[in-house]
Parts: sequence; C-alpha cells; structure tokens
Amino acid sequence: MSSDRTLSMRPSSVAPRGNLNDLTPIVHRVVERIGETNDITTLVLEPLDAPSMTFRCGQFNMLSAFGVGEIAISMSSAPGEGTLRHSIRDVGAVSHALCQSRVGDLVGVRGPFGSDWLVESASVEADLDPRDTIVVAGGIGLAPLRGAVEELVRANERGGGRVFVLVGAREPSQIVFRADLDSWRARGAKVSLTVDLATPEWDGRVGLVTTLLADAGFDATNSRAMLCGPEVMMRFTARALVDLGMDPEGILVSLERNMQCGVGWCGHCQLGPFLLCRDGPVVPYAGLVSQLLTQRER
Amino acid sequence: MRDLVEVHPFMTSMNEESIELVSGCARNAVFAPGSLLCAEGGDADTFYLLRRGQVSISVHIPGRGSVVIETVGAGDVVGWSWLVPPYRWTFDARAMDDVGCIAIDGACLRVKALTDPSLGFALLSKVSVTLLERLQATRMRLLDLYGDHRVQ
Repeated sequence: MSSDRTLSMRPSSVAPRGNLNDLTPIVHRVVERIGETNDITTLVLEPLDAPSMTFRCGQFNMLSAFGVGEIAISMSSAPGEGTLRHSIRDVGAVSHALCQSRVGDLVGVRGPFGSDWLVESASVEADLDPRDTIVVAGGIGLAPLRGAVEELVRANERGGGRVFVLVGAREPSQIVFRADLDSWRARGAKVSLTVDLATPEWDGRVGLVTTLLADAGFDATNSRAMLCGPEVMMRFTARALVDLGMDPEGILVSLERNMQCGVGWCGHCQLGPFLLCRDGPVVPYAGLVSQLLTQRER
Repeated sequence: MRDLVEVHPFMTSMNEESIELVSGCARNAVFAPGSLLCAEGGDADTFYLLRRGQVSISVHIPGRGSVVIETVGAGDVVGWSWLVPPYRWTFDARAMDDVGCIAIDGACLRVKALTDPSLGFALLSKVSVTLLERLQATRMRLLDLYGDHRVQ
C-alpha cells in the first residue's frame, strides 16, 4: 500500500486527543441538493468563510441543523472530487431538518473526524495496491464508501487491483448513486446489486447481499474488503468472506454509535475499550471487534 | 455426466459411491431465458444443480402477479419438494438468462436413497445445509435491516 499506516486499531487510552477548535462548527452553505431516494438526500456544501476541508475516505463530520441539533454523517465524496458531499437519510429530527435544507441554507460542520478506509491516491504506479478490493454496502452504507470506490476505480484504471462493488438494498427504489454505479461499471469495476423485495420491473438479483459473494469472481486469498451497512449485515458478510479464505485483518467495517463530541471526550460512542468517533468509525473486523459485535452492550 | 455431477458444490464431500448413484439419475439440461424449470403445483419429480445462469424463485399472488422472492445461481440447488410428500412444487422457478444445470430425477433418487441409507443420509445432510442457509437468509431478510427505523 502507499501508506505506512496499518490496519491496527488504537486503544482509546493512547490515541491523540482533539482540541477546542474541533468543537467549533464552521458555517457552510448548501450549494446543491440531490434527492437520491424518497428518504435520502445528498447535500453539497461549501465553507462560507474558510478554506475547503481536507479529509480521507470514510471519515465523518458532525453536521448541525441550527436550532435542531447535530449528528455524525460520513463524507460521501472523494477527497479529490473537489466538493464536500454528505448523503443523509431522513430518520430523525436532525436528519429531517438537514434533508429539508434548500440551496443557500446554512449548516454547521465540525470535522473531519475518525479513521478511514486506508485508500489513498498513489503518486506512482509502483505504489498501487495490487490486491482485489471487495466493497460491500447495504442501503445507505454505500455513502461512506462512495469516495473510496471512486479512488479505487481510479487506481484500477492506472493498474491497481480489481474492484468489486456489491450492493444490497431493501428494494430497487432504495439503491443510491445509480449514476456512480453505472460509471464504476463502465470503468472496469464489477458491480452487483441485489434487493430484499423485488418489484415487478426489477429483473436483477433478489436476496441477501452475501449471496453476491460466491460468484463475484475475486481472489479471496489476495484481497481486502470494506463493509458498510447494518451491523448484522456486516457481521454475516465478514464471516462469509473469512469462510471464502480472506484474512480477517484485511476486512474493514464502518461502525456507528452515538457520536457526539467527535474527539473522544464525551464517551457516548464507546464500544468496549474503543471510542468510535476517534478509534473508528472504520475499524478492522479481526480480533476484538468481531467479538464485540456479537456481545450485548450494557 | 459423472464428471459434471462430481464437481458441483452440492456434491462436495460426498463419497464416490454416492456420486455414482446420483449420477445415474442425472442428465444435462439447459433453459432459455424466461423458460420454467418448474411450476407451482406441478409434480416435483426433478431437482436442479445449477451450473451457470440465474434462476428466479417466485410465487403468484393474486392482484400482484408473479413476485420474485429469491434468485439463485451457479452452485445453488433448485428444489427440495422431490424429497417430501406430496412431491409437489410450491413455487415457480424461471430462468433469468441462459441456464445450464444438472437435472436429477427425484423419483429415481428416492428409490436409491431408500435402499442405500448412507446415500439417503448424505442427501438429507446436503439438503439440510441448503435449507439452513435459505432459512438463515430468510430470517435476515425478515429483520428488514434496511428498513425505516426512526431513531430520533
């Protein structure tokens, strides 16, 4: 890989701490609003009076709907895309307020926070990761992966490893980023879709996203995986990948808890010994995390 | 035929004798896109080991037409009604594209399984694995993981 960062997960007790600037929202303007599905909206944001944010694929921001509240939302753009995009599902008061934002409205942005998918642009071809990358997303889980897939497809075009994008959704109308899926497919990625509930016009696969693994065509013994979606889905997918021969150390999952401060101060997002706002959201599935995901939290 | 049967994932870990017995009831089959492998209510006298292509499993619902509840593909099995009385299909199975498969005569295999308990046990074990996987998948889908679970 082009980075010397490893997949190891830092215990929260030794991870660096944030500073007060991390707690101050920077005002951004909504410059574009895209309705992805009936309940998922993408907001394209630009800072009002500050330099554009630099971030890595998989990180998140705390977005404020002024007067309503603040929630953690992953970036759905790639760092090299030149825009800051967040794709938000309308599931509560804050997300509803954000989804209702119109072009020109102001929102608060704190971040970027957390760990990433370890996908970085290699400056020279020799640094490109030759391994297959299997990206498995469920529902809105494709949003935190969108930037990473874009980077991976670009790397593949330059001679990097193959890219497999496997997407599960509740029903066809809930599949997000269709234009991106078509673009990735056209540029060489293998894109497979499945839904839980078929509609009459759907002529694709029906069933769990794990059913896409068997005939995807990747080399499990020389590959890595990135999973994002409902935790149960990620658990079952990770197990299936290990059964196919993949090294658990090469499987990354994106976990979500009640992120509030974003810098590991408040402890609301604790999972075992980890604070996911800082040690996550992207963590290796191997070891302690795989055990924690099957334990009832107190 | 035996070579095709032997390499299908359904036959993994079956012994030579069982593979021979199953092969004796098997034939090669192909289905064009849109054609039916089996139809709900029909005699379940065959089951299929898929080698290529995708097959939709569907049920007809009045007012909604044919509703696809699952799709299966290469390496999967279509049908277990051949094993359980009254040996009648409970769903439609339709080729979604060019499907190549091994069609196995269920009646033939039932007779062999009755007279050879080790074959019968091996078949039941294999079918149980398939059933368990489908049951687990159904349970997961019942959770409606991607559904609208409002949190705030």
